[in-house]
Amino acid sequence: MAHFTKATSLHDWLNQRMGIDTVRRVMATEYWIPKNINFLWAMGMVLAITFGILLISGIFLLMYYQPNVNLAFDSVNYTIMQEVGYGWLWRHVHGVAASVVFLIIYIHMFTGIYYGSYKKGREMIWISGMLLFVAFSAEAFSGYMLPWGQMSYWAGMVITNLFSGGSLHADGLVEWIRGDYVPAQAFLNRFFMLHVLLIPLAILGLIGLHFGALRIPHVNNQDGEEIDFEAEAAKYKAGDKANSKVIAFVNDFMSKDMMVVGIYLIFFFYLVFFHYDFAMDPVNFDPANGLKTPTHIYPEWYFLWSYEILRPFSTNVGLIAFAFAQVIFFALPFLDRSPNAVPASRRGLFRFWFWAMLIDMIILTAMGKVPPEGSFSTIGLYAALTFIGLWIALPFITKFEKKV
Amino acid sequence: MKNSSRRGFMGKAFGAVAGVGAVASLYAMKRSWDPLPSVKAAGFTTLDMSAYKENELVVEKWRGKPIFVLKQSKEMLATEDKNISTITKKTTAEMDKKRLIKVGDDYFLVCVGLCTHLGCIPGYNPDKKSFLCACHGGMYDDTGMVTKSPPPRGLDIPPFKVDGNKIVLGESSPEYEKMLADGITLKV
Repeated sequence: MAHFTKATSLHDWLNQRMGIDTVRRVMATEYWIPKNINFLWAMGMVLAITFGILLISGIFLLMYYQPNVNLAFDSVNYTIMQEVGYGWLWRHVHGVAASVVFLIIYIHMFTGIYYGSYKKGREMIWISGMLLFVAFSAEAFSGYMLPWGQMSYWAGMVITNLFSGGSLHADGLVEWIRGDYVPAQAFLNRFFMLHVLLIPLAILGLIGLHFGALRIPHVNNQDGEEIDFEAEAAKYKAGDKANSKVIAFVNDFMSKDMMVVGIYLIFFFYLVFFHYDFAMDPVNFDPANGLKTPTHIYPEWYFLWSYEILRPFSTNVGLIAFAFAQVIFFALPFLDRSPNAVPASRRGLFRFWFWAMLIDMIILTAMGKVPPEGSFSTIGLYAALTFIGLWIALPFITKFEKKV
Repeated sequence: MKNSSRRGFMGKAFGAVAGVGAVASLYAMKRSWDPLPSVKAAGFTTLDMSAYKENELVVEKWRGKPIFVLKQSKEMLATEDKNISTITKKTTAEMDKKRLIKVGDDYFLVCVGLCTHLGCIPGYNPDKKSFLCACHGGMYDDTGMVTKSPPPRGLDIPPFKVDGNKIVLGESSPEYEKMLADGITLKV
Protein backbone atom coordinates (compact mmCIF):
# COMPACT_ATOMS: atom_id res chain seq x y z
CA MET A 1 0.00 0.00 0.00
CA ALA A 2 1.12 3.49 -0.78
CA HIS A 3 2.52 5.51 2.13
CA PHE A 4 0.35 8.33 3.48
CA THR A 5 1.42 11.00 6.00
CA LYS A 6 -0.67 13.27 8.18
CA ALA A 7 -2.06 15.95 5.90
CA THR A 8 -1.00 19.55 6.45
CA SER A 9 -4.01 20.99 4.59
CA LEU A 10 -7.10 19.94 2.65
CA HIS A 11 -5.07 20.48 -0.53
CA ASP A 12 -2.33 18.17 0.74
CA TRP A 13 -4.91 15.61 1.92
CA LEU A 14 -6.47 15.49 -1.57
CA ASN A 15 -3.08 15.63 -3.28
CA GLN A 16 -1.87 12.51 -1.44
CA ARG A 17 -4.99 10.62 -2.44
CA MET A 18 -5.79 11.97 -5.92
CA GLY A 19 -2.57 13.62 -7.19
CA ILE A 20 -4.42 16.87 -7.92
CA ASP A 21 -1.19 18.83 -8.48
CA THR A 22 -0.17 16.37 -11.21
CA VAL A 23 -3.60 16.53 -12.82
CA ARG A 24 -3.48 20.33 -12.82
CA ARG A 25 0.02 20.36 -14.31
CA VAL A 26 -0.78 17.87 -17.07
CA MET A 27 -4.18 19.30 -17.99
CA ALA A 28 -3.58 23.01 -17.48
CA THR A 29 -0.38 24.69 -16.43
CA GLU A 30 1.95 22.55 -18.59
CA TYR A 31 -0.33 22.03 -21.56
CA TRP A 32 1.27 24.19 -24.23
CA ILE A 33 -0.43 26.44 -26.78
CA PRO A 34 1.47 28.29 -29.54
CA LYS A 35 1.65 32.06 -29.28
CA ASN A 36 1.14 32.57 -33.00
CA ILE A 37 -2.66 32.25 -33.07
CA ASN A 38 -5.67 34.55 -33.34
CA PHE A 39 -9.22 34.84 -32.01
CA LEU A 40 -10.39 31.98 -34.26
CA TRP A 41 -8.49 29.62 -31.93
CA ALA A 42 -11.02 30.44 -29.20
CA MET A 43 -13.93 28.80 -31.04
CA GLY A 44 -13.35 25.47 -29.29
CA MET A 45 -13.89 27.08 -25.91
CA VAL A 46 -16.88 29.03 -27.27
CA LEU A 47 -18.37 25.70 -28.37
CA ALA A 48 -17.68 24.05 -25.01
CA ILE A 49 -19.39 26.95 -23.22
CA THR A 50 -22.36 26.85 -25.62
CA PHE A 51 -22.73 23.11 -25.03
CA GLY A 52 -22.78 23.84 -21.28
CA ILE A 53 -25.50 26.46 -21.83
CA LEU A 54 -27.54 23.95 -23.86
CA LEU A 55 -27.16 21.35 -21.12
CA ILE A 56 -28.24 23.66 -18.30
CA SER A 57 -31.19 25.23 -20.15
CA GLY A 58 -32.18 21.73 -21.31
CA ILE A 59 -32.30 20.44 -17.73
CA PHE A 60 -34.81 23.14 -16.80
CA LEU A 61 -36.95 22.52 -19.91
CA LEU A 62 -36.93 18.79 -19.13
CA MET A 63 -38.69 19.39 -15.81
CA TYR A 64 -41.92 20.58 -17.48
CA TYR A 65 -41.81 19.09 -20.97
CA GLN A 66 -44.28 16.23 -21.66
CA PRO A 67 -43.27 13.72 -24.37
CA ASN A 68 -46.86 12.92 -25.32
CA VAL A 69 -48.46 13.79 -28.66
CA ASN A 70 -51.49 15.31 -26.92
CA LEU A 71 -49.55 17.30 -24.34
CA ALA A 72 -46.18 18.16 -25.89
CA PHE A 73 -47.25 21.26 -27.82
CA ASP A 74 -49.02 22.86 -24.84
CA SER A 75 -46.33 21.85 -22.36
CA VAL A 76 -43.88 23.92 -24.43
CA ASN A 77 -46.04 26.77 -25.68
CA TYR A 78 -48.27 27.19 -22.65
CA THR A 79 -46.70 25.63 -19.55
CA ILE A 80 -43.04 26.50 -20.17
CA MET A 81 -43.63 29.77 -22.01
CA GLN A 82 -46.37 31.21 -19.80
CA GLU A 83 -46.63 29.43 -16.46
CA VAL A 84 -43.12 28.43 -15.43
CA GLY A 85 -41.18 31.32 -13.86
CA TYR A 86 -38.51 32.29 -16.43
CA GLY A 87 -39.52 29.26 -18.50
CA TRP A 88 -39.40 31.53 -21.56
CA LEU A 89 -35.77 32.29 -20.75
CA TRP A 90 -34.72 28.63 -20.80
CA ARG A 91 -36.59 28.03 -24.01
CA HIS A 92 -35.15 31.04 -25.81
CA VAL A 93 -31.66 30.29 -24.48
CA HIS A 94 -31.98 26.67 -25.64
CA GLY A 95 -33.39 27.58 -29.06
CA VAL A 96 -30.88 30.36 -29.76
CA ALA A 97 -27.93 28.26 -28.50
CA ALA A 98 -29.02 25.33 -30.71
CA SER A 99 -28.88 27.63 -33.73
CA VAL A 100 -25.75 29.61 -32.81
CA VAL A 101 -23.80 26.46 -31.93
CA PHE A 102 -23.91 25.52 -35.63
CA LEU A 103 -22.67 28.95 -36.68
CA ILE A 104 -19.66 28.47 -34.39
CA ILE A 105 -19.18 24.86 -35.56
CA TYR A 106 -19.01 26.08 -39.18
CA ILE A 107 -16.53 28.84 -38.25
CA HIS A 108 -14.47 26.25 -36.32
CA MET A 109 -14.53 23.86 -39.32
CA PHE A 110 -13.60 26.45 -41.92
CA THR A 111 -10.82 27.76 -39.65
CA GLY A 112 -9.43 24.22 -39.62
CA ILE A 113 -9.74 23.94 -43.40
CA TYR A 114 -8.12 27.33 -44.01
CA TYR A 115 -5.08 26.70 -41.81
CA GLY A 116 -4.66 23.02 -42.80
CA SER A 117 -5.28 21.86 -39.23
CA TYR A 118 -6.49 18.44 -40.41
CA LYS A 119 -3.17 17.03 -41.60
CA LYS A 120 0.30 16.04 -40.46
CA GLY A 121 -0.82 14.10 -37.39
CA ARG A 122 -4.01 16.09 -36.84
CA GLU A 123 -6.28 13.75 -38.85
CA MET A 124 -7.94 12.28 -35.77
CA ILE A 125 -8.80 15.78 -34.52
CA TRP A 126 -10.63 16.38 -37.80
CA ILE A 127 -12.38 13.00 -37.80
CA SER A 128 -13.49 13.22 -34.16
CA GLY A 129 -14.68 16.77 -34.90
CA MET A 130 -16.74 15.53 -37.84
CA LEU A 131 -18.24 12.82 -35.60
CA LEU A 132 -19.21 15.61 -33.21
CA PHE A 133 -20.80 17.48 -36.13
CA VAL A 134 -22.90 14.40 -36.95
CA ALA A 135 -23.87 13.93 -33.30
CA PHE A 136 -24.84 17.62 -32.99
CA SER A 137 -26.90 17.33 -36.18
CA ALA A 138 -28.77 14.32 -34.77
CA GLU A 139 -29.22 16.18 -31.48
CA ALA A 140 -30.61 19.24 -33.30
CA PHE A 141 -33.00 17.16 -35.39
CA SER A 142 -34.31 15.10 -32.46
CA GLY A 143 -34.77 18.27 -30.39
CA TYR A 144 -36.69 19.89 -33.23
CA MET A 145 -39.29 17.09 -32.99
CA LEU A 146 -40.13 17.79 -29.36
CA PRO A 147 -42.42 20.88 -29.52
CA TRP A 148 -44.62 18.75 -31.84
CA GLY A 149 -45.61 21.64 -34.08
CA GLN A 150 -46.24 21.48 -37.81
CA MET A 151 -42.54 21.82 -38.72
CA SER A 152 -41.60 19.18 -36.13
CA TYR A 153 -44.08 16.71 -37.58
CA TRP A 154 -43.32 17.32 -41.24
CA ALA A 155 -39.56 17.51 -40.80
CA GLY A 156 -39.89 14.17 -38.96
CA MET A 157 -41.93 12.77 -41.84
CA VAL A 158 -39.54 13.96 -44.57
CA ILE A 159 -36.28 13.06 -42.83
CA THR A 160 -37.41 9.56 -41.77
CA ASN A 161 -38.65 8.99 -45.34
CA LEU A 162 -35.05 9.49 -46.51
CA PHE A 163 -34.33 6.08 -44.95
CA SER A 164 -36.61 4.36 -47.46
CA GLY A 165 -33.59 4.76 -49.78
CA GLY A 166 -35.54 6.05 -52.80
CA SER A 167 -36.18 3.16 -55.20
CA LEU A 168 -35.15 0.62 -52.56
CA HIS A 169 -38.57 1.25 -50.94
CA ALA A 170 -37.36 0.19 -47.51
CA ASP A 171 -40.72 1.24 -46.04
CA GLY A 172 -40.32 -1.40 -43.33
CA LEU A 173 -37.16 0.37 -42.15
CA VAL A 174 -38.96 3.73 -42.08
CA GLU A 175 -41.83 2.25 -40.06
CA TRP A 176 -39.31 0.59 -37.74
CA ILE A 177 -37.58 3.93 -37.11
CA ARG A 178 -40.94 5.59 -36.44
CA GLY A 179 -42.53 2.69 -34.55
CA ASP A 180 -45.69 3.53 -36.53
CA TYR A 181 -46.89 4.17 -40.07
CA VAL A 182 -46.55 7.90 -39.48
CA PRO A 183 -44.75 9.96 -36.81
CA ALA A 184 -46.88 9.40 -33.70
CA GLN A 185 -46.52 8.61 -29.98
CA ALA A 186 -43.81 5.94 -30.35
CA PHE A 187 -41.85 8.31 -32.60
CA LEU A 188 -42.06 11.28 -30.23
CA ASN A 189 -41.09 9.14 -27.24
CA ARG A 190 -38.02 7.59 -28.83
CA PHE A 191 -36.75 10.87 -30.24
CA PHE A 192 -37.23 12.38 -26.78
CA MET A 193 -35.05 9.59 -25.36
CA LEU A 194 -32.41 10.15 -28.06
CA HIS A 195 -32.42 13.92 -27.46
CA VAL A 196 -32.10 13.89 -23.68
CA LEU A 197 -29.99 10.78 -23.09
CA LEU A 198 -28.34 8.74 -25.81
CA ILE A 199 -27.05 11.49 -28.11
CA PRO A 200 -25.86 13.78 -25.28
CA LEU A 201 -23.94 10.80 -23.85
CA ALA A 202 -22.36 10.23 -27.25
CA ILE A 203 -21.51 13.93 -27.51
CA LEU A 204 -19.79 13.91 -24.09
CA GLY A 205 -17.74 10.87 -25.13
CA LEU A 206 -16.82 12.44 -28.46
CA ILE A 207 -15.77 15.70 -26.79
CA GLY A 208 -13.36 13.58 -24.70
CA LEU A 209 -12.07 11.93 -27.87
CA HIS A 210 -11.72 15.31 -29.63
CA PHE A 211 -9.64 16.76 -26.75
CA GLY A 212 -7.60 13.55 -26.52
CA ALA A 213 -6.84 13.69 -30.24
CA LEU A 214 -5.47 17.20 -29.73
CA ARG A 215 -3.01 16.26 -27.00
CA ILE A 216 -0.14 14.75 -28.99
CA PRO A 217 -0.15 16.83 -32.22
CA HIS A 218 -1.02 20.02 -30.24
CA VAL A 219 -2.93 23.01 -31.57
CA ASN A 220 -1.92 24.29 -35.02
CA ASN A 221 -0.72 27.88 -35.47
CA GLN A 222 -1.23 30.69 -37.98
CA ASP A 223 1.74 29.64 -40.16
CA GLY A 224 1.38 25.87 -39.84
CA GLU A 225 4.88 25.97 -38.30
CA GLU A 226 6.14 22.72 -36.79
CA ILE A 227 7.02 23.65 -33.21
CA ASP A 228 9.30 21.63 -30.93
CA PHE A 229 6.95 21.85 -27.97
CA GLU A 230 9.37 20.30 -25.49
CA ALA A 231 12.19 22.73 -26.32
CA GLU A 232 9.86 25.73 -26.32
CA ALA A 233 8.24 24.60 -23.06
CA ALA A 234 11.70 24.28 -21.49
CA LYS A 235 12.45 27.91 -22.44
CA TYR A 236 9.13 29.01 -20.95
CA LYS A 237 9.73 27.14 -17.71
CA ALA A 238 13.27 28.53 -17.47
CA GLY A 239 11.70 31.99 -17.37
CA ASP A 240 12.45 33.01 -20.96
CA LYS A 241 8.79 33.56 -21.77
CA ALA A 242 9.54 36.28 -24.33
CA ASN A 243 11.54 33.99 -26.62
CA SER A 244 9.44 30.89 -26.14
CA LYS A 245 6.97 30.16 -28.94
CA VAL A 246 4.47 28.70 -26.51
CA ILE A 247 2.33 29.73 -23.57
CA ALA A 248 0.58 27.68 -20.89
CA PHE A 249 -3.06 26.72 -21.44
CA VAL A 250 -3.84 28.02 -17.94
CA ASN A 251 -3.65 30.92 -17.15
CA ASP A 252 -2.00 32.48 -20.24
CA PHE A 253 -4.15 31.15 -23.06
CA MET A 254 -7.31 30.75 -21.01
CA SER A 255 -7.39 34.42 -20.07
CA LYS A 256 -7.47 35.39 -23.77
CA ASP A 257 -9.86 32.57 -24.56
CA MET A 258 -12.33 33.77 -21.97
CA MET A 259 -12.05 37.31 -23.33
CA VAL A 260 -13.40 36.03 -26.66
CA VAL A 261 -16.00 33.96 -24.81
CA GLY A 262 -17.09 37.13 -22.99
CA ILE A 263 -17.62 39.04 -26.24
CA TYR A 264 -19.44 36.04 -27.67
CA LEU A 265 -21.75 35.81 -24.66
CA ILE A 266 -22.74 39.47 -25.03
CA PHE A 267 -23.68 38.74 -28.67
CA PHE A 268 -25.42 35.52 -27.59
CA PHE A 269 -27.58 37.09 -24.89
CA TYR A 270 -28.36 40.03 -27.19
CA LEU A 271 -29.92 37.42 -29.51
CA VAL A 272 -31.66 35.64 -26.64
CA PHE A 273 -33.33 38.79 -25.34
CA PHE A 274 -33.93 40.82 -28.51
CA HIS A 275 -33.84 38.48 -31.54
CA TYR A 276 -34.83 35.04 -30.24
CA ASP A 277 -37.45 34.87 -33.01
CA PHE A 278 -34.84 33.96 -35.65
CA ALA A 279 -34.53 30.54 -34.01
CA MET A 280 -38.31 30.07 -33.71
CA ASP A 281 -40.07 29.15 -36.95
CA PRO A 282 -43.58 30.68 -36.98
CA VAL A 283 -44.97 27.54 -38.70
CA ASN A 284 -43.98 25.50 -35.66
CA PHE A 285 -46.44 27.48 -33.54
CA ASP A 286 -49.23 25.49 -35.23
CA PRO A 287 -49.77 22.10 -33.56
CA ALA A 288 -48.74 19.00 -35.55
CA ASN A 289 -51.37 17.96 -38.08
CA GLY A 290 -50.84 14.82 -40.15
CA LEU A 291 -53.50 15.85 -42.65
CA LYS A 292 -52.06 19.22 -43.61
CA THR A 293 -48.57 19.91 -45.02
CA PRO A 294 -47.15 23.40 -44.52
CA THR A 295 -46.77 25.28 -47.82
CA HIS A 296 -43.00 25.18 -47.66
CA ILE A 297 -41.03 22.67 -45.67
CA TYR A 298 -37.47 23.72 -45.05
CA PRO A 299 -35.03 22.80 -42.28
CA GLU A 300 -33.31 25.22 -39.93
CA TRP A 301 -30.65 27.35 -41.64
CA TYR A 302 -27.74 25.09 -40.67
CA PHE A 303 -29.09 22.12 -42.66
CA LEU A 304 -30.10 24.13 -45.73
CA TRP A 305 -26.90 23.54 -47.71
CA SER A 306 -27.22 19.76 -47.59
CA TYR A 307 -31.00 19.96 -48.13
CA GLU A 308 -30.36 21.98 -51.29
CA ILE A 309 -28.00 19.26 -52.55
CA LEU A 310 -30.91 16.80 -52.20
CA ARG A 311 -33.57 18.95 -53.78
CA PRO A 312 -32.75 19.71 -57.42
CA PHE A 313 -32.31 16.07 -58.46
CA SER A 314 -34.72 13.16 -58.97
CA THR A 315 -35.23 11.01 -55.85
CA ASN A 316 -32.42 8.48 -56.27
CA VAL A 317 -29.78 10.86 -57.61
CA GLY A 318 -30.79 13.36 -54.93
CA LEU A 319 -30.35 10.78 -52.17
CA ILE A 320 -26.92 9.77 -53.45
CA ALA A 321 -25.84 13.43 -53.71
CA PHE A 322 -27.20 14.05 -50.20
CA ALA A 323 -25.37 11.01 -48.77
CA PHE A 324 -22.19 12.21 -50.52
CA ALA A 325 -22.53 15.66 -48.93
CA GLN A 326 -23.07 14.13 -45.48
CA VAL A 327 -19.89 12.04 -45.45
CA ILE A 328 -17.43 13.74 -47.78
CA PHE A 329 -16.03 16.18 -45.18
CA PHE A 330 -14.77 13.17 -43.21
CA ALA A 331 -12.44 12.35 -46.11
CA LEU A 332 -10.86 15.83 -46.28
CA PRO A 333 -7.50 14.84 -44.72
CA PHE A 334 -7.14 12.06 -47.29
CA LEU A 335 -8.48 13.87 -50.36
CA ASP A 336 -6.05 16.73 -49.77
CA ARG A 337 -2.93 15.18 -51.33
CA SER A 338 -0.58 18.08 -50.63
CA PRO A 339 1.91 17.81 -47.75
CA ASN A 340 1.65 21.58 -47.13
CA ALA A 341 0.06 22.37 -43.78
CA VAL A 342 0.03 26.15 -44.23
CA PRO A 343 -2.75 28.74 -44.57
CA ALA A 344 -4.79 28.43 -47.77
CA SER A 345 -3.50 31.85 -48.90
CA ARG A 346 -0.04 30.30 -49.55
CA ARG A 347 -1.30 27.18 -51.27
CA GLY A 348 -1.88 28.07 -54.92
CA LEU A 349 -5.10 26.62 -56.31
CA PHE A 350 -6.27 25.41 -52.91
CA ARG A 351 -6.74 29.05 -51.96
CA PHE A 352 -9.42 29.35 -54.66
CA TRP A 353 -10.84 25.97 -53.71
CA PHE A 354 -11.32 27.15 -50.13
CA TRP A 355 -13.17 30.35 -51.04
CA ALA A 356 -15.19 28.63 -53.78
CA MET A 357 -16.33 25.98 -51.27
CA LEU A 358 -17.26 28.60 -48.66
CA ILE A 359 -19.19 30.75 -51.16
CA ASP A 360 -20.86 27.71 -52.72
CA MET A 361 -22.11 26.56 -49.34
CA ILE A 362 -23.49 30.04 -48.62
CA ILE A 363 -25.30 29.99 -52.01
CA LEU A 364 -26.66 26.49 -51.29
CA THR A 365 -27.88 27.74 -47.91
CA ALA A 366 -29.68 30.71 -49.48
CA MET A 367 -31.25 28.60 -52.25
CA GLY A 368 -32.38 25.98 -49.74
CA LYS A 369 -34.52 28.60 -48.01
CA VAL A 370 -36.45 29.87 -51.06
CA PRO A 371 -39.21 27.90 -52.83
CA PRO A 372 -37.88 25.49 -55.47
CA GLU A 373 -39.13 27.46 -58.48
CA GLY A 374 -37.73 29.02 -61.64
CA SER A 375 -34.25 30.52 -61.48
CA PHE A 376 -33.84 29.49 -57.82
CA SER A 377 -34.07 25.84 -58.91
CA THR A 378 -31.44 26.44 -61.59
CA ILE A 379 -29.03 28.27 -59.27
CA GLY A 380 -29.54 25.52 -56.68
CA LEU A 381 -28.78 22.82 -59.24
CA TYR A 382 -25.54 24.47 -60.39
CA ALA A 383 -24.45 25.17 -56.82
CA ALA A 384 -25.06 21.49 -55.94
CA LEU A 385 -23.07 20.36 -58.99
CA THR A 386 -20.30 22.81 -58.06
CA PHE A 387 -20.15 21.32 -54.55
CA ILE A 388 -19.69 17.81 -55.93
CA GLY A 389 -17.26 19.04 -58.61
CA LEU A 390 -15.08 20.83 -56.05
CA TRP A 391 -14.66 17.64 -54.03
CA ILE A 392 -13.79 15.64 -57.14
CA ALA A 393 -11.23 18.29 -58.12
CA LEU A 394 -9.62 18.45 -54.66
CA PRO A 395 -7.21 15.47 -54.96
CA PHE A 396 -6.00 16.69 -58.36
CA ILE A 397 -5.37 20.34 -57.52
CA THR A 398 -3.62 19.41 -54.26
CA LYS A 399 -1.56 16.64 -55.88
CA PHE A 400 0.11 19.16 -58.18
CA GLU A 401 0.49 21.83 -55.53
CA LYS A 402 4.01 23.23 -55.19
CA LYS A 403 5.71 22.31 -51.92
CA VAL A 404 6.23 25.36 -49.70
CA MET B 1 3.17 -20.60 -21.78
CA LYS B 2 0.70 -22.92 -20.15
CA ASN B 3 -0.75 -20.03 -18.23
CA SER B 4 -1.10 -17.81 -21.23
CA SER B 5 -2.81 -20.50 -23.26
CA ARG B 6 -5.24 -21.05 -20.39
CA ARG B 7 -5.89 -17.32 -20.28
CA GLY B 8 -6.26 -17.33 -24.02
CA PHE B 9 -8.87 -20.07 -23.74
CA MET B 10 -10.72 -18.15 -21.03
CA GLY B 11 -10.64 -15.06 -23.20
CA LYS B 12 -12.10 -16.96 -26.15
CA ALA B 13 -14.72 -18.65 -23.96
CA PHE B 14 -15.75 -15.27 -22.58
CA GLY B 15 -15.80 -13.83 -26.10
CA ALA B 16 -18.14 -16.61 -27.24
CA VAL B 17 -20.54 -16.11 -24.33
CA ALA B 18 -20.46 -12.33 -24.73
CA GLY B 19 -20.98 -12.65 -28.49
CA VAL B 20 -24.12 -14.73 -28.03
CA GLY B 21 -25.35 -12.25 -25.44
CA ALA B 22 -24.61 -9.30 -27.70
CA VAL B 23 -26.51 -10.78 -30.64
CA ALA B 24 -29.45 -11.70 -28.39
CA SER B 25 -29.50 -8.17 -26.91
CA LEU B 26 -29.39 -6.57 -30.36
CA TYR B 27 -32.36 -8.70 -31.40
CA ALA B 28 -34.30 -7.63 -28.30
CA MET B 29 -33.42 -3.98 -28.97
CA LYS B 30 -34.53 -4.27 -32.60
CA ARG B 31 -37.83 -5.82 -31.52
CA SER B 32 -38.42 -3.09 -28.94
CA TRP B 33 -38.34 -0.51 -31.73
CA ASP B 34 -40.89 -2.41 -33.86
CA PRO B 35 -44.37 -0.89 -34.21
CA LEU B 36 -46.58 -2.21 -31.40
CA PRO B 37 -49.27 -4.82 -32.14
CA SER B 38 -51.93 -2.26 -31.24
CA VAL B 39 -50.44 0.11 -33.84
CA LYS B 40 -50.22 -2.69 -36.42
CA ALA B 41 -53.80 -3.74 -35.82
CA ALA B 42 -55.09 -0.18 -36.06
CA GLY B 43 -57.98 -0.64 -38.19
CA PHE B 44 -59.75 -0.70 -41.39
CA THR B 45 -61.51 2.38 -42.72
CA THR B 46 -64.86 2.03 -44.48
CA LEU B 47 -65.89 4.75 -46.94
CA ASP B 48 -69.42 5.28 -48.26
CA MET B 49 -68.77 6.16 -51.89
CA SER B 50 -72.25 7.59 -52.59
CA ALA B 51 -71.41 10.70 -50.55
CA TYR B 52 -68.70 12.15 -52.81
CA LYS B 53 -69.18 14.87 -55.46
CA GLU B 54 -67.49 15.01 -58.85
CA ASN B 55 -64.12 16.82 -59.08
CA GLU B 56 -64.17 17.66 -55.37
CA LEU B 57 -61.27 16.30 -53.36
CA VAL B 58 -62.11 14.82 -49.97
CA VAL B 59 -59.36 13.83 -47.56
CA GLU B 60 -60.07 10.80 -45.38
CA LYS B 61 -57.75 9.13 -42.85
CA TRP B 62 -56.38 5.58 -42.79
CA ARG B 63 -53.60 4.39 -40.47
CA GLY B 64 -52.76 8.01 -39.67
CA LYS B 65 -52.23 8.79 -43.33
CA PRO B 66 -54.37 11.12 -45.42
CA ILE B 67 -56.40 9.35 -48.13
CA PHE B 68 -57.47 11.29 -51.23
CA VAL B 69 -60.90 10.46 -52.65
CA LEU B 70 -61.68 12.14 -55.98
CA LYS B 71 -64.81 11.22 -57.91
CA GLN B 72 -64.18 11.48 -61.66
CA SER B 73 -66.57 13.54 -63.77
CA LYS B 74 -67.49 12.63 -67.38
CA GLU B 75 -65.22 15.43 -68.53
CA MET B 76 -62.27 14.15 -66.49
CA LEU B 77 -62.69 10.66 -67.93
CA ALA B 78 -62.94 12.12 -71.45
CA THR B 79 -59.85 14.36 -71.30
CA GLU B 80 -57.59 11.78 -69.81
CA ASP B 81 -55.13 11.74 -72.72
CA LYS B 82 -54.13 15.39 -72.22
CA ASN B 83 -51.33 14.70 -69.80
CA ILE B 84 -48.15 12.79 -70.54
CA SER B 85 -46.20 11.33 -67.69
CA THR B 86 -42.59 12.45 -67.45
CA ILE B 87 -41.75 9.13 -65.88
CA THR B 88 -43.40 6.52 -68.10
CA LYS B 89 -43.82 8.70 -71.23
CA LYS B 90 -47.32 7.25 -71.51
CA THR B 91 -50.48 9.29 -71.82
CA THR B 92 -52.79 9.06 -68.90
CA ALA B 93 -55.33 7.29 -71.13
CA GLU B 94 -53.15 4.20 -71.11
CA MET B 95 -52.99 4.25 -67.34
CA ASP B 96 -56.20 5.96 -66.34
CA LYS B 97 -58.85 3.34 -65.89
CA LYS B 98 -56.29 1.02 -64.34
CA ARG B 99 -55.62 3.51 -61.54
CA LEU B 100 -59.29 4.20 -60.84
CA ILE B 101 -61.66 2.17 -58.71
CA LYS B 102 -65.09 1.41 -60.17
CA VAL B 103 -67.95 1.52 -57.68
CA GLY B 104 -71.32 1.05 -59.33
CA ASP B 105 -71.12 3.13 -62.53
CA ASP B 106 -68.73 5.71 -61.08
CA TYR B 107 -64.96 5.90 -61.17
CA PHE B 108 -62.94 7.08 -58.17
CA LEU B 109 -59.35 7.94 -57.48
CA VAL B 110 -58.60 6.61 -53.98
CA CYS B 111 -54.95 7.01 -53.01
CA VAL B 112 -52.59 7.78 -50.14
CA GLY B 113 -52.32 11.58 -50.12
CA LEU B 114 -48.57 11.65 -49.54
CA CYS B 115 -46.17 12.67 -52.27
CA THR B 116 -44.13 9.63 -53.32
CA HIS B 117 -41.01 11.81 -53.26
CA LEU B 118 -40.66 12.60 -49.56
CA GLY B 119 -44.14 12.39 -48.11
CA CYS B 120 -45.57 15.92 -48.16
CA ILE B 121 -49.30 16.31 -48.89
CA PRO B 122 -49.94 17.62 -52.43
CA GLY B 123 -52.73 20.16 -52.94
CA TYR B 124 -55.50 19.74 -55.56
CA ASN B 125 -56.43 22.41 -58.07
CA PRO B 126 -59.98 21.60 -59.37
CA ASP B 127 -59.64 24.01 -62.33
CA LYS B 128 -56.39 22.54 -63.62
CA LYS B 129 -57.46 19.09 -62.40
CA SER B 130 -54.00 18.39 -61.07
CA PHE B 131 -52.12 17.93 -57.80
CA LEU B 132 -49.10 20.05 -56.90
CA CYS B 133 -46.69 19.18 -54.10
CA ALA B 134 -45.36 22.43 -52.67
CA CYS B 135 -42.31 20.87 -51.05
CA HIS B 136 -40.30 20.06 -54.15
CA GLY B 137 -42.66 20.99 -56.99
CA GLY B 138 -43.86 17.49 -58.03
CA MET B 139 -47.15 17.29 -59.98
CA TYR B 140 -49.80 14.59 -60.54
CA ASP B 141 -52.85 14.47 -62.80
CA ASP B 142 -56.41 13.75 -61.65
CA THR B 143 -55.71 10.01 -61.54
CA GLY B 144 -52.71 10.49 -59.28
CA MET B 145 -50.15 9.82 -62.01
CA VAL B 146 -46.91 11.83 -62.02
CA THR B 147 -46.69 14.57 -64.62
CA LYS B 148 -43.65 16.37 -63.20
CA SER B 149 -40.56 15.18 -61.29
CA PRO B 150 -39.14 14.64 -58.65
CA PRO B 151 -41.77 12.06 -57.52
CA PRO B 152 -40.60 8.65 -58.79
CA ARG B 153 -44.11 7.19 -59.25
CA GLY B 154 -47.80 7.96 -59.05
CA LEU B 155 -49.62 8.35 -55.74
CA ASP B 156 -49.82 4.98 -53.98
CA ILE B 157 -53.15 3.19 -53.75
CA PRO B 158 -54.01 1.55 -50.40
CA PRO B 159 -55.36 -2.03 -50.23
CA PHE B 160 -59.12 -1.82 -50.85
CA LYS B 161 -62.15 -4.01 -51.24
CA VAL B 162 -65.31 -2.85 -53.00
CA ASP B 163 -68.37 -3.87 -51.01
CA GLY B 164 -71.56 -2.72 -52.76
CA ASN B 165 -71.61 1.07 -52.46
CA LYS B 166 -68.78 1.07 -49.93
CA ILE B 167 -65.07 0.37 -50.01
CA VAL B 168 -63.00 -0.99 -47.13
CA LEU B 169 -59.42 0.27 -46.87
CA GLY B 170 -56.81 -2.09 -45.39
CA GLU B 171 -58.37 -5.21 -46.89
CA SER B 172 -57.08 -6.57 -50.19
CA SER B 173 -59.21 -7.77 -53.12
CA PRO B 174 -58.64 -9.29 -56.60
CA GLU B 175 -58.95 -5.76 -58.08
CA TYR B 176 -56.16 -4.52 -55.81
CA GLU B 177 -53.97 -7.57 -56.48
CA LYS B 178 -54.37 -6.84 -60.20
CA MET B 179 -53.17 -3.25 -59.66
CA LEU B 180 -50.11 -4.59 -57.83
CA ALA B 181 -49.45 -7.12 -60.59
CA ASP B 182 -49.77 -4.42 -63.27
CA GLY B 183 -47.30 -2.20 -61.42
CA ILE B 184 -49.91 0.55 -61.01
CA THR B 185 -49.02 0.97 -57.35
CA LEU B 186 -46.61 -0.29 -54.74
CA LYS B 187 -47.82 -2.25 -51.74
CA VAL B 188 -48.72 0.24 -49.04
